[in-house]
Amino acid sequence: MQTFVVVTPGLDLQASFLDLLDDFGVSQGLAHLLWLPLPMLTVLVSAVVGVLVNVWLERKISAAVQQRIGPEYAGALGILQPLADGLKLLFKEDIIPAKADGLLFTLGPVLVLVPVILSWLVVPFGQNLLISNVGVGVFLWIALSSIQPIGLLMSGYSSNNKYSLLGGLRAAAQSISYEIPLALSVLAIVMMSNSLSTVDIVNQQSGAGIFSWNIWRQPVGFVIFWICVLAECERLPFDLPEAEEELVAGYQTEYAGMKFALFYLGSYINLVLSALLVSVLYLGGWGFPIPVEWLAGLLGQSVDAPLVQVITGSLGIVMTVLKAYLLVFFAILLRWTVPRVRIDQLLDLGWKFLLPVALVNLLVTAALKLAFPGAFGG
Amino acid sequence: MTIASTTELICFLVLSVTLVAGSLGVVLLPNIVYSAFLLGGVFLSVAGLYLLLNASFVAAAQVLVYVGAVNVLILFAIMLVNKKETLAAIPGLLLRRVLSGAVCAGLFALLLRVSFTTDWALPGPTPVGEEATIRIGEHLFSDYLLPFELASVLLLMAMIGAIVLARRDVFSSDVITGEPVDQGLIEKARTPLLLEKPALEKTS
Repeated sequence: MQTFVVVTPGLDLQASFLDLLDDFGVSQGLAHLLWLPLPMLTVLVSAVVGVLVNVWLERKISAAVQQRIGPEYAGALGILQPLADGLKLLFKEDIIPAKADGLLFTLGPVLVLVPVILSWLVVPFGQNLLISNVGVGVFLWIALSSIQPIGLLMSGYSSNNKYSLLGGLRAAAQSISYEIPLALSVLAIVMMSNSLSTVDIVNQQSGAGIFSWNIWRQPVGFVIFWICVLAECERLPFDLPEAEEELVAGYQTEYAGMKFALFYLGSYINLVLSALLVSVLYLGGWGFPIPVEWLAGLLGQSVDAPLVQVITGSLGIVMTVLKAYLLVFFAILLRWTVPRVRIDQLLDLGWKFLLPVALVNLLVTAALKLAFPGAFGG
Repeated sequence: MTIASTTELICFLVLSVTLVAGSLGVVLLPNIVYSAFLLGGVFLSVAGLYLLLNASFVAAAQVLVYVGAVNVLILFAIMLVNKKETLAAIPGLLLRRVLSGAVCAGLFALLLRVSFTTDWALPGPTPVGEEATIRIGEHLFSDYLLPFELASVLLLMAMIGAIVLARRDVFSSDVITGEPVDQGLIEKARTPLLLEKPALEKTS
């Protein structure tokens, strides 16, 4: 497959922006400094908007699953409902329980949210449409997501509530045990694409459109990764840390107002981020099912023409978001149809099933890579 | 001075201050939970220093291993064994503190002397940057193969030990006291591992 890979530079907004400022006589360093906050703010805003869309989807789909109508009056089809929810949380009183540890209680939600937002650094929407193409790529995401349990433990401990503490401990245990099969399935992908960088991983899948996506070469890895990602996001069927029938709301029990909203925001941003990473690792990222180079050739256009670049760039963003939200839809459907597993079943699944299967998958991938270097990345 | 070098200097200063203050907090704070959380902060600022040295892979590994595994393990241990009990006063506490303070000060003086007398090669070797991942892999499988394998054997031993400790029901009698083990309980509240035999047996 490597021989087919055609890497076109595509839309490079940074270079265009720097050139533009250079024409106005702004120095290189200052232009770079002016550029830096732009992609960060864009990604931050789109992440938050993504959460709003997500909340609306969750409400509407859950209503459809349960044959209700769901939010209806706030805007057309209730699309303003998430905004109303957000405003409500913003105006609620910020309560710190009397015997709680105020400092840790405040720091906990922040520590849960910040690593999730930092991980957006490596999510690519196009060849050059990401904040930073860091070499360690997906490894950075895995490392950052391992900080989250500390925030959960912190908020669980400082709430001075037995349900919170139990929820926090459960969350940390769950997150640690599912990180290992997750990392192993990512390792299989990395082995095939010879790089940790998310951009390289997508480029390696861009040869023959839909047929070169990693999901065909890594079906087992895809399933393992999806299960682990759901467990890391604490989505049902794995939402044990906040199992309301057993633990009231787990580590979130004592939280109200904006601090609770930070948890809420964190979990939804994490869901969107995970869906994006599944699409990057297994579903070809920004790639169209039919290679755009081939389509452009059919229409007799050069891929490097400015208009074609803009169209392919937008198509890439649309494809990434579309794939991610299809996965989000699937996750929401799972949440409202599947019952919750018990804690022992959860740990059994993680340690006794997913871990060995992920190890075998890694070994098989290595063997296939040696046997068929053409198809599995030599 | 360019923008890049100024930013680097500011980052270095902030990271060093957090590192030193955090480590002092880990040692000096009386609340062990605060110490454990501060330890996480110290590990994170060390990762930041690695990033400043262009070693992004090492930085990510530092976060994954030390913050994500070691620190979480420490927190787990503290939170699961958080017994509210008043510790008995240790005799000569002041003397002990003075002695350990003196030992630490001596070590610090030694380190200072070493750092001032060594001829540091400035500027250091050029950083390999993104190539570092490949370089580390090559080293691990060539000249550092033996330490790598020894570390894995050590981890295997620790794992087997943990399994043996957790599943004490595999033995029919306690290893140390020789008492028959209650097979119904895997995790016992008060194991008679290091306790004297109860006085009941003498009377019967």
